[in-house]
Amino acid sequence: MAYKPGSVAVVGAAETSRIGVVPDMSQIMLHADAALNAMADAGLQPKDIDGLACVGQMMPQQIAHYLGITPRWVDGTGVGGCSFMLHVRHAAAAIAAGYATTVLITHGESGKSRVNATPRPPEPESLAGQFEAPFGPAGPATLFPIPVLRYMKATGTTHEHLAMVAVVQREWAAQNPRALFRERVTVEEVLASRMVAYPYRLLQCCPVTDGGGALILTAAERATDFPAPPVYLLGSGESVETTMVSQMEDFTSSRAFRVAGPTALKMAGVSHADVSHLMIYDAFAHLPLYGLEDLGFCGRGEAKDFIWEGNTRPGGKLPMNTNGGGLSYTHTGMYGMFALQESVRQVRGTAPAQVPDVKISVAHGVGGMFSSSGTVVFGKERP
Amino acid sequence: MESLHPFSLPLSELAEIPFTGSKPKPTPETMHFWEGCKNGKLLLQRCPDTGRAYFPPRPFSPFTGNRSVSVFEASGRATLHSYVIHHREVPGFTPPYAIAVVELEEGPRMMANIVECPQTPEALQLDMPLEVVFRPVDDSISLPLFRPLKEGA
Repeated sequence: MAYKPGSVAVVGAAETSRIGVVPDMSQIMLHADAALNAMADAGLQPKDIDGLACVGQMMPQQIAHYLGITPRWVDGTGVGGCSFMLHVRHAAAAIAAGYATTVLITHGESGKSRVNATPRPPEPESLAGQFEAPFGPAGPATLFPIPVLRYMKATGTTHEHLAMVAVVQREWAAQNPRALFRERVTVEEVLASRMVAYPYRLLQCCPVTDGGGALILTAAERATDFPAPPVYLLGSGESVETTMVSQMEDFTSSRAFRVAGPTALKMAGVSHADVSHLMIYDAFAHLPLYGLEDLGFCGRGEAKDFIWEGNTRPGGKLPMNTNGGGLSYTHTGMYGMFALQESVRQVRGTAPAQVPDVKISVAHGVGGMFSSSGTVVFGKERP
Repeated sequence: MESLHPFSLPLSELAEIPFTGSKPKPTPETMHFWEGCKNGKLLLQRCPDTGRAYFPPRPFSPFTGNRSVSVFEASGRATLHSYVIHHREVPGFTPPYAIAVVELEEGPRMMANIVECPQTPEALQLDMPLEVVFRPVDDSISLPLFRPLKEGA
């Protein structure tokens, strides 16, 4: 059974107490720290939670037991860094179906300190192990940017355009005390930073950090009974394509984006002009360009100029990645939770770099290079 | 004289260097592909309904689900579709080295390294013509790599 736009709301939202480098917390404790903060935000205790979503195999069991939750609905969808967008979508459907009343979604990742972190062994029998790994990729910094040169050639995007993405996001991060990197940078400084994997230099790649976040969702009918103003879920979308970046259908556009984004906007019944705030998961500098175009905020090849001309920077007409983004705020490995948290803060009116009068916020996520996508549309008012 | 990058060397010299990177482990569905590489053939599969070639190997068409697929030898010609040049140390690779995706003449794309070629943006031009070569890494595995197509080839 589908949920109706506005029938489910976020009533609790929080990140871990500390973020960035947190070597004194294991990965499961980062989940719990965020969950406890979100429950405090909503005035709830573990006994009040009857639905639980977290990323990956066996994780719902571990988190339920650790937090003392007895769920009657669980979701372990793990499709990479946008899994939380899918959890929100699935949780809303579960609430509408009566499978749960109060769903907790948690994320914790010791990406930097690697305390009890999930290992990622390459499987030489997997398709990626056979047809990508032998050619020397070493993690996301070598795989995620592989389509970039093709995108640049197809759209006339330059190295300077891609540097500007990092520059603008640092302007937002400068206003956020919790951001990992807060010093403003110039296009020249980005292009002078250390080469990581051509065409990308260090400042065009996200850091790897420790942290977590949690959300609590319930039916809109109950949502006004909680301490914080409700943030209504207006629409959502999801899709997957391939875990092998070499096998993407089109190197200049993500098929998963083109399914998830428009599905969410259509469900919400909002036009692009209605969107007052946008989060596009930016593990690397090209992702906001793909997101702006694949979600229809910009025409083909126009995202580079849209950003260059200042539309997404503070004071621009479409403020984007206002926490500083994965590039400057934090990136634990699965940043989608932090994009959702910033959307909730912006709609609540509690963000460090608050955009005036946010009525509609879109949080768009990517996972496992371009392998998956999830989009969530939040609103201040119940339609 | 500065020593040449391994990927700039002639294939015969590159093949002398022991491969210490990540070796593929074939499955029943991909064994024919790796057997082909060992024998110097780049094998693709074709959908019987659409006639389209596809990759990576699987015993059914990803376009229609039809299991009656055929295996055929690709021309080995390709163009450079996109790449990164990685600048950090990775076991088995000398930085900086390109991790590329090539587009085969038959349509499918595959990841590969570009050999017999400097690993620089100037030498690696998108859409440049390439041809497949095979680097033996042990008794059962040869990796399909690509080199710039020689004039008149």
